[in-house]
Amino acid sequence: MLNPIEGLNKIFDNRIRLGVMSILMVNEEVSFNDLKSLLQLTDGNLASHLVSLETSAYIKVHKGFIGRKTNTTYSVTKAGEKAFKLHVAALESMIKGVK
Amino acid sequence: MSSSQSFEPLQEVKHIQSLMERSTRFTSLSGVSCIAAGVAAIIGAVIAYNILGNYYGADLRMWQYSNDSFAQLKQQLLLLAFVVFVVAASAAFYFTWRKAKGQGLSMWEPSSKRVFWAMLVPLVSGGIFILGILRFDNWYLVAPACLVFYGLALVNAGKFTISDIKYLGYCQIVLGLINIWWIGYGLYFWVAGFGVLHILYGLKIYLNDKSNNN
Repeated sequence: MLNPIEGLNKIFDNRIRLGVMSILMVNEEVSFNDLKSLLQLTDGNLASHLVSLETSAYIKVHKGFIGRKTNTTYSVTKAGEKAFKLHVAALESMIKGVK
Repeated sequence: MSSSQSFEPLQEVKHIQSLMERSTRFTSLSGVSCIAAGVAAIIGAVIAYNILGNYYGADLRMWQYSNDSFAQLKQQLLLLAFVVFVVAASAAFYFTWRKAKGQGLSMWEPSSKRVFWAMLVPLVSGGIFILGILRFDNWYLVAPACLVFYGLALVNAGKFTISDIKYLGYCQIVLGLINIWWIGYGLYFWVAGFGVLHILYGLKIYLNDKSNNN
């Protein structure tokens, strides 16, 4: 038998990154500010986690403008979706294993 | 597995679920706000009933009268409708704000913005449509139009908030559509939709919340 922990993704160890992915999975596009308010984070904290998700190619960044203000939105990539689903499946199999 | 000291897969999954839910649906909608809106609607309808009774008196055949006192009646009823709308909307905002605060959320979440926009389009179109109806003095069409457009707004908003709201919307639409074939009973349909249905669904949301908290 495979150890279920092997299905867990290191990148999603962190609650904030896991949170960002959860939100992006069910929303087409989410702006930086909406992520910030949903997760109740500071700019810097959120930004660093977004960068790490972006470098793993799990999320896409779209830089846009509303008037003159920058409006950065994020969405999940195919790879991110796949990785997230595997991670959740691993969590679920762990829960079943415990029971 | 022994290395994962504080790692709780169940907690992680719950965390994921709650964020998915919270980022798509506005769940702070309060049952009390719905009940308050219903009560405001019923009080408004009773006042309207009395105003109409005073105007028409016993002779209901004069219903198509068009003179100065009719213009005054129109003004009174429009003012009344406006006051009822403001009271009901402020009560709804107040109780929902309180519930959101109790849940540690803000009233202006991304999800509540979606509810707002989802309702705005049908409501504004309905409002303008009804002003057009009033312009031609087709009073009997006002109540059905209110019910149908409001119902559409709720069905639209139901995607982004408690799903009960969607069913409340369907009920309003059905009432409005029955009313359009049963003209002249507008005030009664209006009370049934904006009054009774609001109170019933408000109670349902309120009781659901209570059983979820226990």
